[in-house]
Amino acid sequence: MKKSVILGALTVAGLSAGAAAAGTLDDVKARGKLNCGVTTGLVGFAAPDANGEWKGFDVTMCRAVAAAVLGDATAVEFVPTTGKTRFTALASGEIDMLARNTTWTFSRDVDLKFEFVGVNYYDGQGFMVPKELGVSSAKDLDGATVCIQTGTTTELNLADFFRSNNISYEPVPIETNAEAQQQYLAGACDVYTTDASGLAATRATFENPGDHTVLPEIVSKEPLGPLVRHGDNEWGDIVRWTLNALVTAEELGVTSANMAEMKASTNNPEIARLLGTEGTLGEMLGLDADWAARALAVEGNYAEVFEKNIGEATPIGLARGLNAQWTDGGLLYSPPFR
Amino acid sequence: MAILSDPPEGPFRLSMLLSDTRYRSLTLQAITALVLALCLAYLYRNISTNLQAQGLSLGFSFLQDPSGYDINQRLVEYTSQSTHARAALVGILNTLLVAVLACITATIFGVIAGVLRLSNNWLVSKLMAFYVEIFRNIPVLIWIIIIFTIMTNVMPTPRAFRGDAATSSMLFDLFAFTNRGVYIPGPGFSNPFFASVGMNWLLVIAVLVGSFFGARAIGTWATKIQEATGDRPTTWYMILGVWLLPVAILLTVMGLTWDIPALKGFNFTGGIKIGGPLIALWFALSIYTGAFIAENVRAGIQAVSKGQTEAAGALGLRPGRIMNLVVLPQALRVIIPPLISQYLNITKNSSLAIAVGYADITATLGGITLNQTGRAIECVLLLMLFYLTASLLISAFMNVYNASIKLKER
Ligand SMILES: N[C@@H](CCC(=O)N[C@@H](CS)C(=O)NCC(=O)O)C(=O)O
Repeated sequence: MKKSVILGALTVAGLSAGAAAAGTLDDVKARGKLNCGVTTGLVGFAAPDANGEWKGFDVTMCRAVAAAVLGDATAVEFVPTTGKTRFTALASGEIDMLARNTTWTFSRDVDLKFEFVGVNYYDGQGFMVPKELGVSSAKDLDGATVCIQTGTTTELNLADFFRSNNISYEPVPIETNAEAQQQYLAGACDVYTTDASGLAATRATFENPGDHTVLPEIVSKEPLGPLVRHGDNEWGDIVRWTLNALVTAEELGVTSANMAEMKASTNNPEIARLLGTEGTLGEMLGLDADWAARALAVEGNYAEVFEKNIGEATPIGLARGLNAQWTDGGLLYSPPFR
Repeated sequence: MAILSDPPEGPFRLSMLLSDTRYRSLTLQAITALVLALCLAYLYRNISTNLQAQGLSLGFSFLQDPSGYDINQRLVEYTSQSTHARAALVGILNTLLVAVLACITATIFGVIAGVLRLSNNWLVSKLMAFYVEIFRNIPVLIWIIIIFTIMTNVMPTPRAFRGDAATSSMLFDLFAFTNRGVYIPGPGFSNPFFASVGMNWLLVIAVLVGSFFGARAIGTWATKIQEATGDRPTTWYMILGVWLLPVAILLTVMGLTWDIPALKGFNFTGGIKIGGPLIALWFALSIYTGAFIAENVRAGIQAVSKGQTEAAGALGLRPGRIMNLVVLPQALRVIIPPLISQYLNITKNSSLAIAVGYADITATLGGITLNQTGRAIECVLLLMLFYLTASLLISAFMNVYNASIKLKER
């Protein structure tokens, strides 16, 4: 009897050992759901709304992939992750992709073995202070107490910034944006620092956003983008080209409003390839011809997603800036669909 | 099997490994050990093949790389250029600091509450029962967060101390209570013997240790005289002198100064800062564990037979002296063993530090270092090693103490 128990335990352990490897696409299809890692709550990027439904810029990225792969934008299991838990969640296979304001860095790509499929928001680290402190530059922050989210690039940039400017500070490490906001508002720290987009999103939820300023200095480059595990290139391709489809659609003028019409009558070959009326791009990805059209149907092209969630018409009020198309002087530049 | 017969004589047979009670337990232990070893070997193989499959490898060289992050409470020199190993050391010292502080205060709370719970005064004993039940029945994590939240939201910010319209002021111009922590005057030396601050304090401690032995020697001498003549010489002024004079002389020679905290820029500077996270963690661990210790103390006291108290009373001892001289010394034998496990609990529970951003070993090595380097397995192994070592050391130390107060049968 003893023997069979041990053998049983060994088989179970042996089965789970191999599970994390390739085949994410098949796993997702078999499961009928995409497990997508997002923030614990950052309004505009990823946060549950009043009805408990996840909404936001990063959330739409997850939904677009689910729509492309499963044909259902709601077939997503959102997994809230903190700055600390996100990489373990992805590496262990708990989530299929991560879309959580995550900066593409050398060590995350090469050493932690993740594949960043592109950049969906070009950002940089900023500082927010209460207006009453009368601070006008980050260089005036000598001796300040600074709230930071731990496990982030923010933490490391902050140390570098203060050291290179020869000024001192006291870090207050915090797990989530919500806690950081509480501590900052209670005055437990003088400054809150994170990605400038995150600061804008956080400030938008304050009772009196006007009492707080974001200092002019941007102290780092934070290219934020979705990522998957190393080693499953087919899956990486799907997420990468879903992002590219949103960007290309904006460049080519395909919107959620005119998509059906374009699909029927376009004579631009690249639009036809994107929407699947020409060529076999979908098939090459292991999907059907309509994959990109479905991804675009979720919330429209990149510009529409941006404006709806974080754009100037929303309380967050971010300008396109670096995130404009290359044709408009921005950095968005998708490789061609051919 | 009711009648024990002599073990069968005769040559050893293989089947005796199972049928003979002399060998059976050995056989079973050997099998268990083998199974355990196999499981461990399997786990190890599983980890290494999986890591290899993901192109990762186990190694501890990352500990020598610069950490790149700052820590807010440092008992030793540390900057963001220091190594991860150094960051781990900072974390270890912070863990030990809060553990030692909490063990001391929890013991004080526990002994007071445990003794008072047996008080004849109805109100006092009910109050203590209330304390014990409230605090030990709510998880310590909740206590840590409650205390920290109250501190950050109720206490004034350093800003409130500034300007003419300041809404808060320092206590006696020496202490500042803010929502970031408590600032108290810190001692320093204007004429130090050593360049390193730590060495000067080590010298002070060495002198105090010398005084301790001096005081003990006086005690022994007095006892000897008492045994010879029946009169105990008055020693209190000698003991006081032995304790105070050498330190006072040393401190004067080194030029003791007090650094008083003052509001400069965003924060108070100077003096010693006892950070909010440390206070929350320390206090929460103390009151929580104190409630358990109170129950141990009560059990210990009640384990001493009532006859002891009555006999001591019949000899004319006052209630306070009965407690101190008769009951507590005997109760200690019952109290110490569970006290050891409470101390272990404090040390392990201190890893909840992470909830309030206290930079203990779990937050530095097991938190930021793990996260920034991605070396999860290595960091967790080191963490386990640390807590295991710390716990075993505390156990060993307390067991020695327990042996020394144990009933010695003569
Ligand atoms: N981009 C940085 C920082 C990412 C980060 O932590 N961002 C914050 C604010 S912009 C966030 O998403 N917080 C949401 C949460 O707490 O879950 C990184 O990848 O390390």
